[in-house]
Amino acid sequence: MGNLHAGGYSANAALRWQESLPWLVAIAAFFLLPEFLNLGARILIFILFALSLDLIVGYAGIVTLGHAAFFGLGAYTAGILSARAGINDPLIQLVASGVTAGLLGVVTGAIILRTRGLALMMLTLAIGSICLEVANKASSLTGGADGLAGITIAPVLGQFRFDLYGKTSYLYCLAILFVCWWFVRRLVYSPFGASLAGIRENNLRMHAIGAPVYLRMLAVYAISAALAGFAGALLTQTSQFVGLNVVSFELSGEMLVMLILGGVGRIYGAFAGPAVYMIAQDQLAKQFPEYWYLGIGSLLVIVVLFAKGGVLGLVDRMVSRIGKGRRS
Amino acid sequence: MDDFLVSLVSIAFHGAAYGMVLYVISVGLSVTMGLMGFANLAHGVFAMAGGYVMISAMSSLGLPYPVALLVAFIAIAVVSLVLEMLLYSRLYGAGELDQVLFTIGLIFISVALARLAYGTLQQPVMLPDYLRGQFSMLGRDFPAFRVFLIAVSAVIVAGLWFGVERTSWGAMLRAAVDNRGMAQSVGINTRRLFMVTFAAGSGLAGLGGALGAEIIAIQPIYPFANLAYFLIVVSVGGMGTLRGPFVAALLIGITDTACKYWLPEFGAFLIYATTVGILLWRPAGLFGRTN
Repeated sequence: MGNLHAGGYSANAALRWQESLPWLVAIAAFFLLPEFLNLGARILIFILFALSLDLIVGYAGIVTLGHAAFFGLGAYTAGILSARAGINDPLIQLVASGVTAGLLGVVTGAIILRTRGLALMMLTLAIGSICLEVANKASSLTGGADGLAGITIAPVLGQFRFDLYGKTSYLYCLAILFVCWWFVRRLVYSPFGASLAGIRENNLRMHAIGAPVYLRMLAVYAISAALAGFAGALLTQTSQFVGLNVVSFELSGEMLVMLILGGVGRIYGAFAGPAVYMIAQDQLAKQFPEYWYLGIGSLLVIVVLFAKGGVLGLVDRMVSRIGKGRRS
Repeated sequence: MDDFLVSLVSIAFHGAAYGMVLYVISVGLSVTMGLMGFANLAHGVFAMAGGYVMISAMSSLGLPYPVALLVAFIAIAVVSLVLEMLLYSRLYGAGELDQVLFTIGLIFISVALARLAYGTLQQPVMLPDYLRGQFSMLGRDFPAFRVFLIAVSAVIVAGLWFGVERTSWGAMLRAAVDNRGMAQSVGINTRRLFMVTFAAGSGLAGLGGALGAEIIAIQPIYPFANLAYFLIVVSVGGMGTLRGPFVAALLIGITDTACKYWLPEFGAFLIYATTVGILLWRPAGLFGRTN
């Protein structure tokens, strides 16, 4: 199998040397590219978001169009705690965001996971739209279309202030991402991860062997929602502003795009996708916003039609071709 | 009391016009999803393109309004036929995720092209004088354009019903929706049937977008902004049927208009909440078949 991180019992869970690469790159970027740390923090946040989406889309096979609801709830929870309740400690906000998003995941998951296919997709879209409506109309709490400003964030652990250059933001996001990555990796290789792969590959058979399919799906949906909530809180804390776009359908779609460009159903696809997408966006989109969407759209069509597995899929194929060349 | 009645009539009237437009746009999507199981999120692109074609045909070519509508229908049908042959047909057997992403890609492309060609502003519609005034009926005045919308849509609905229920092409289509394998094995060319149906459905979306350009503003974000409504019409109504989406479109048109009039602070909340409720109650939609 080309895909090393498909999870399940048959996979070898030992850490490989390649898995240290993203972290080495991230640490090197901190020292070598100090002027891009704010962008770097955003990339780390969206990697966490993509990782949470990958859990349900790639591993559990649930196609959702409304994952931004959880990201947005996390972002608004952190923002509202600071701007309306005066709770400025970042870690408390982070935990609160994870809990509220996770709870929303349990409630909405319990509803949507009763259906499949198109109905499920529609329900995720409808629930996402409801969240957007609520965020828009409850403007006394959320600031509505103007966005939520006036957010102050206390130093992390009482020690590290959020500075203008994004040093603290970057390291803080990197630390949170590392913890979440470790958790997701353990989850994917656990028996629980194996049963998710089973549900994705053959739902009926999992029912037949007596696996609690619905509860497993609900559990992974809630976990994924909580992780997305963490990512949302990080965005609020590093940008100190929450806009309506954090709950929009466009964001849900864009995240799917990033995940697919990186490679779905593999942990590091969630790393490659947002990094490539956001660096390219930073370099190109400001000069040519129209051409940016034209390019991304065309790329997406090409990836779906001709390059399954995204960037990492291409790397896999290149590696296996070189390997074959060596052997012969 | 009389005020209440007046507003009720006006809501029913405007809601019906809106619902009819929604139906003309979405009916093609219902067939695409029912016949080929293809989740075409980019269906709104055809509606938007229809609007732009009509506006350009009127402003740069100087064509009269009815001709411009016809041009929109034909242009979108032809373009969609080409897209179907080149791109869509490759993904008929593919998974949901691939179809979703492919069609999101098409939306991105179309949004970018629309912005390049027309800018981000909403396009004004130049209605001919005979559709601008009021039309009095039963002692009340109705805006002539809404009357025109309802009348044209009703003709389209009748034509669709006739085509699907009373012609041999319709019989083949119904057979293919019911059981594609069986239809194929009795000698129906489902590939060609689907190409023609897809083109007709997309052409109708283009016509619907052009007709409704005054109600649903033609602007580059159109395919994103209205996607949820088109999908709701199809999934609530039940895909692969003509009647289901019709009922759903009218319901949504009237509910949405009523909400905007009486409960503006709720926004589209009620529509989405009802959708969730209906889909939980009947996952295949109100008139969808569960098998």
